[in-house]
Amino acid sequence: MGNTITEKILLAHTKLKKICAGQLINARVDIALGNDVTAPIAINEFNKSGGKRVFNKNKVALVLDHFTPNKDINSAQQCKAVREFAMKQKITHFYEGGNVGVEHALLPELGIVLPGDLVIGADSHTCTYGALGAFATGVGSTDLAAAMLTGELWFKVPSSIKFIISGALKKWVSGKDLILHIIGRIGVDGALYKAMEFTGETVSRLSMADRLSMANMAIEAGAKNGIFAPDKITREYIRKKAKRDYKFFYSDTDAVYSDIIEIDAAKIEPQVAFPHLPSNVKGVSKAGRVKIDQSLIGSCTNGRIEDLRIAARILKNRKAATGVRLIIVPATPGIYQAALKEGLIEIFMKAGAIISPPSCGACLGGHMGILAAGEKAIATTNRNFVGRMGHPQSEVYLANPAVAAASAVLGRIASPEEL
Amino acid sequence: MIFKGRVWKFGDNIDTDAIIPARYLTTSDPQKLATHCMEDADPNFVSKMKQGDILLGGENFGCGSSREHAPIAIKAAGVSCVIAKSFARIFYRNSFNMGLPIFESRELVDAIEEGEEILVDSARGTITIARSNKTFKINPTPPFMEELIADGGLMKHIARKREKNEK
Ligand code: SF4
Repeated sequence: MGNTITEKILLAHTKLKKICAGQLINARVDIALGNDVTAPIAINEFNKSGGKRVFNKNKVALVLDHFTPNKDINSAQQCKAVREFAMKQKITHFYEGGNVGVEHALLPELGIVLPGDLVIGADSHTCTYGALGAFATGVGSTDLAAAMLTGELWFKVPSSIKFIISGALKKWVSGKDLILHIIGRIGVDGALYKAMEFTGETVSRLSMADRLSMANMAIEAGAKNGIFAPDKITREYIRKKAKRDYKFFYSDTDAVYSDIIEIDAAKIEPQVAFPHLPSNVKGVSKAGRVKIDQSLIGSCTNGRIEDLRIAARILKNRKAATGVRLIIVPATPGIYQAALKEGLIEIFMKAGAIISPPSCGACLGGHMGILAAGEKAIATTNRNFVGRMGHPQSEVYLANPAVAAASAVLGRIASPEEL
Repeated sequence: MIFKGRVWKFGDNIDTDAIIPARYLTTSDPQKLATHCMEDADPNFVSKMKQGDILLGGENFGCGSSREHAPIAIKAAGVSCVIAKSFARIFYRNSFNMGLPIFESRELVDAIEEGEEILVDSARGTITIARSNKTFKINPTPPFMEELIADGGLMKHIARKREKNEK
């Protein structure tokens, strides 16, 4: 009986000879990640248990992205605590200020996470790195503390659902739409405790940016991790970034799955997730007339350069509708620079957009883009829960960058085809 | 462990933004977090509940972000334990790691009304509704997780293991 890619990566990080779904294991961690919200609790736990040194200063990543630039005194205190820890421990991968980007865009961009890695992060969207063929999963702060101390963590080996995606994508349809469609189909707990393995000929043509947005939202179906088998697109992506060894793993042909779901990608139009669950999806043509007050293009789901290019294609020589705040958040300083060089920032500013520094701020209703009661936003982010971007009576609609840009121009949820 | 208290019932997919909204994540002080516990699901929850009361959820309780602030807020508010039809996995993990008792029982959640009093006996694996004396089974907790709770959470478990290795 064969193993899935998820099982094989986990196995490679233990001393065991065999592994199967459901088993509780202790596994070595390649990268342990924390941010300005979750790391303070982890550091506290680390100190409380008498921790002196982190297990490996090159294998801990601390990214102060959630309330950057510091929103208020409290968030400044949190960042200060993490900074002092990072300095004392001589953490290699410590990012703040002008170096900081949204963690899940930053780590792959800098080659900190690589194929075959076992990555844990005290942030639920850590599952993003599955796009590279790594096992990556979100945990809590106490888990992060344990991993920083011992370099190991307990896991329950997940069973896997295999998605076979085939068919050519329609115009304006991206990885974001595939994953929204899948979550709509299986529900927000459709993959609870499980791995989502994305395969099929459509997947083999998807860019790394699309794969990253899909793996990013695996958690929105309750999954432990999302994963793609590495291929030549993976190799090309990491070629210049990797500064250490990495390994490609593949599922055996006789691997066991708890479910196999086939998706006909050719039938999918751009998707919109209505409030207040990511599974509440409709095709954009069925959205009806929903007036919006804000359009947010950014986040770890869709704040990469590829996303900004799509938005710029739509916003070029157009303007955001009166009364719509269009906020664009390049996810990392590198993306910001590329957007500047390519002239995208100018296009956005002429369209009346606000350009935010790389930050999580608006995505989690932290700062720099909060909604008032009754306001509606379309966002390229990943969550539309009650109060996610501000007042509990505000609403968030999730979509891809093309739909978010077109909606900004028309002042209502709209398909790019309507322009 | 035995827990006795009134139940406060919430629906399916109660997410961590409803348990503790991100706008309060500029602190990790349990007492401050506790004052906003469940705020976006029921703004009056903290003022209504009494120490030792029990939170009830439907499917996928605690979905969304990995914030440990969620179980911290619940525990610090004085909730004795959480019972749901199912839990989101990071919330499940976090609760065990920090010692907030949680139990799964679909049947109980379907059978009970808000405000009723129940008795949870984790050693026997049963929950009893006080008024009707009806008893429900709790899904068994894996032995390793029981060990975690018995040790007082993950960090204490690790400390104990380290001590043993040094001897
Ligand atoms: S961009 Fe949003 S979803 Fe992504 S890590 Fe930041 S807050 Fe979380």
